[in-house]
Amino acid sequence: MYRYDGYDHQMLRDRVAQFRDQTDRFLAGELSDAEFLPLRLQNGLYIQRLAPMIRIAIPYGMLSSRQLRKLAFIARHFDKGYAHLTTRQNIQYNWPHLEDVPDLLAQLAEVEMHAIQTSGNCIRNTTTDQFAGVAVDELEDSRAYCEIIRQWSTFHPEFAYLPRKFKIAVCGTAIDQAATQVHDIGIYIVPGPTGETGFRILAGGGLGRTPVIGQEIFEFVEKPHLLTALEAILRVYNREGRRDNKYKARIKILVRETGVDVFREKVHEEWRRIKDSALTLTDVEIARCKAFFKDPAYAELTDKPEALTKQLAEDVLFSGWHQQNVRAHKRPGYAIVTVCMKETGVAPGDVTDQQLEHIADLAERYSFGEVRISHQQNIILADVRQEQLAELYCELKSQALASANLGLLTDIICCPGGDFCALANAKSIPIAESIQRHFHDHDELTDIGEANINISGCMNACGHHHVGNIGILGVDKKGAEFYQISLGGSSKNVASLGKIMGPAFAQEEIPAVIGKIIEVYKVNRESGEKFIDTYKRIGMAPFKETVYAKSD
Amino acid sequence: MPNLIKDRAIAIDRWTLLKDATGPEVLTAIPGKNLIVPLRFWQDYAIELEGYAGDIGIWLDSDETVSEIGDLLSEFPLIALNFPVFADGRSYSNARELRERFAYAGEIRAIGDVLRDQLYYMSRCGFDAFSLRHDQDPDRCIAALDDFTTGYQATVAEPIPLFRRR
Repeated sequence: MYRYDGYDHQMLRDRVAQFRDQTDRFLAGELSDAEFLPLRLQNGLYIQRLAPMIRIAIPYGMLSSRQLRKLAFIARHFDKGYAHLTTRQNIQYNWPHLEDVPDLLAQLAEVEMHAIQTSGNCIRNTTTDQFAGVAVDELEDSRAYCEIIRQWSTFHPEFAYLPRKFKIAVCGTAIDQAATQVHDIGIYIVPGPTGETGFRILAGGGLGRTPVIGQEIFEFVEKPHLLTALEAILRVYNREGRRDNKYKARIKILVRETGVDVFREKVHEEWRRIKDSALTLTDVEIARCKAFFKDPAYAELTDKPEALTKQLAEDVLFSGWHQQNVRAHKRPGYAIVTVCMKETGVAPGDVTDQQLEHIADLAERYSFGEVRISHQQNIILADVRQEQLAELYCELKSQALASANLGLLTDIICCPGGDFCALANAKSIPIAESIQRHFHDHDELTDIGEANINISGCMNACGHHHVGNIGILGVDKKGAEFYQISLGGSSKNVASLGKIMGPAFAQEEIPAVIGKIIEVYKVNRESGEKFIDTYKRIGMAPFKETVYAKSD
Repeated sequence: MPNLIKDRAIAIDRWTLLKDATGPEVLTAIPGKNLIVPLRFWQDYAIELEGYAGDIGIWLDSDETVSEIGDLLSEFPLIALNFPVFADGRSYSNARELRERFAYAGEIRAIGDVLRDQLYYMSRCGFDAFSLRHDQDPDRCIAALDDFTTGYQATVAEPIPLFRRR
C-alpha cells in the first residue's frame, strides 16, 4: 500500500498544528461557530446528538495491521471501545471530546492517517472497488490512480469551498463494486483505441434528495491527462454550481440545469486550456504510485487444495460461510475473504476495539498484514491461502466475526440514523436489527440468495437506499418515524434507482412487509433468478398488490 | 488596526474601494484617489473614468468572471476579488484564472469576508494582497500564510506540482 514520504508526513504535521490552533481559538471564543464549522468539517468533525463525531479517512479502503491497531487504540482511549465503518470506506467515532480531537489527529498521523476532507464542501475520500488488485475480472488496479487523486484533492487550494460536497469513485473491474455511477465523478478504467488503458469519466451522479445516474463527460482520457480533466470539471462546478440553495448545490443539479451537452462543452473548453500544463501526469509518477500496489510475495499454489475440499465436506457451517463470504482471487490457491460486520444485534458496520486488534492479527497471519474496508461496511482479507481458510474461519468465529451472510438479505447497509446522527428523521439501526431477527434462518437466507437492503435515516441517503434492491428511507410524519420502501435499486454496472412502492410503514410493520416482498419474489422467481432480476421482469405491481392487500 | 497585508507584510492602503457606485458623480466627489471600482461601474462609465486623475483598479464579485475584462487586464495595476462570505469559493478560481490563463502580473487583492484561516489557500491561488476583515489580527494572519510547508498541487505559488518535484 501507499507509504508516506517526508512531504506527506510534513503536510500532516502542519495540518494537526493548524487544527490544534483553530480548536484553541474556537474554545477561547475567538472563532465563531459559523467560522469554525467548515474548518472542523474539513477535519471530519461533526457536532452530533450526543457528542462530536469524527470521521477518519481510509483512502480507497486500504488499511494495514498497524493502522488497525491504532484505530483500536483510539476506540479505547477517545471513544467507548468501538468504531463504525461507514458507507464510503471511512471509519467514525461517536464519542470523542472536542478538546481531545487534535491529540486524536496527532495519534492518527503517526500511522499515516487523517480526517482531512472527510466532510465539508470539498473533495472527499476517493473510493474504489474493495477487491482492487486481487479481483479476477480486473482490467487494471485502480488504487494507484486513487492515490494520485487523493494527493491532488488533498488541500487543493481552489476547491476547498465548493458549493457542496464532492465524491469521486474509481472502478477498474468488469463488475462495478464501487457504486461508481452514483458519484459526483465516476471514473471507469477502460481500454483505449490503441489498447493502452485510460479513463471514461462520468459526472453528475449522486444520491441524496435527488438521486441521479452520472453522465459521460469524457469518453476516453489518456492517463497523463487524468488530473487536468478532473480539474476542468471541478473548476466549472466551483464557478457555476448553485450556492443559493444547499439542496440544489450538488454537481448533478448543475449538469441537469445546464444540460449535459452544454456542461460537457464548458468542461472541454476549460480542459483545452490546461490540458498540457504542469499538472499533466508523468510516466514516472504513475510508475511511482503503481509500485506501492505491487503484488505481495505470493506463493506458487494450486486452486482447491485437498485439505480445503475435505474441510468443506466435513463442516457444514464452514461450507456455508465459504459459499457466501469467500470470493475467487486472481492468483491460484488464494482467496478473498470478506468479514461480514453484520452480526444480528450489532449495528451494521460497528466494530469493537478487540475485533479491530483481532483482525489486525489475522491480517498479519493470513493476508500480508493488510485489509480493505468496503462501502458495504465490511472488512476484507484480500490474500488468504485457500489451505488456511478453515483455520481463519475458526479464528473469526471466536470473535463473533464469522457471519456467513455476505450479500444476503441480512447484510444490510445502514447509516447510523437517529440514534446518533443529528440530521436523521428516523432511526435506522433498530430497523436493520428487526429485519435480521425476522430472517434468522441461514438456510432460508441462502435460499433467498442475493438481495440487498439499504437503510437511510433521512433524505441525505448515507445508507444509499436509492440503490438498494430493497431501499428503506426513514421519514418524519407529523413527528412520528415512518419508513418508505422502494424496490429495484442497484449500484452495479446497470445501475438503477429504486421506485417507491407506496405509503410508508410504521417501524413495527417493517419485518413483516419485507417478509411479504420476499414471498412475492419466491413465488415468482424463475430458476436461478436473483431478486433484482425477478423485480425487473415482473415489475412493481405484484409486490404492491401483496404488500398493501387488505386483510379479511 | 491596520488591515492590509501585501507581499506578506502589513502595508499602507493607497487605494479607495468603491463598494457600490450609483453614478459617475462619485468621481467628482472624491477626485484624485486611486479607486477600486465595481466591474459594472467600469463597464458603464468607461469614458468618465478615462478623465479621472488617479489609478483605477476593478473589483469582481464572486459571480463575475475574469473573461469580462479579458484583454484589457494589463491596464489595471490592481484587481480585487470579493468574498461576500468566506465560504463562497468562487474567487479562488478567478484568482487562478487571472494568473494562469491571462498571466496577470498586477496586484490581486482579496476583499470582503477575508479571514485568517483561508489566507494560505488564497495565496496559493495567486492573491498577493489581503484586505482583512476588521477583527483579524494582521500579524497572526501573516503567520497563517505559512500554515503549510508545501502542497501537492500545481498552483500559482508553486507552479510545479509535488509529483514533478519529488
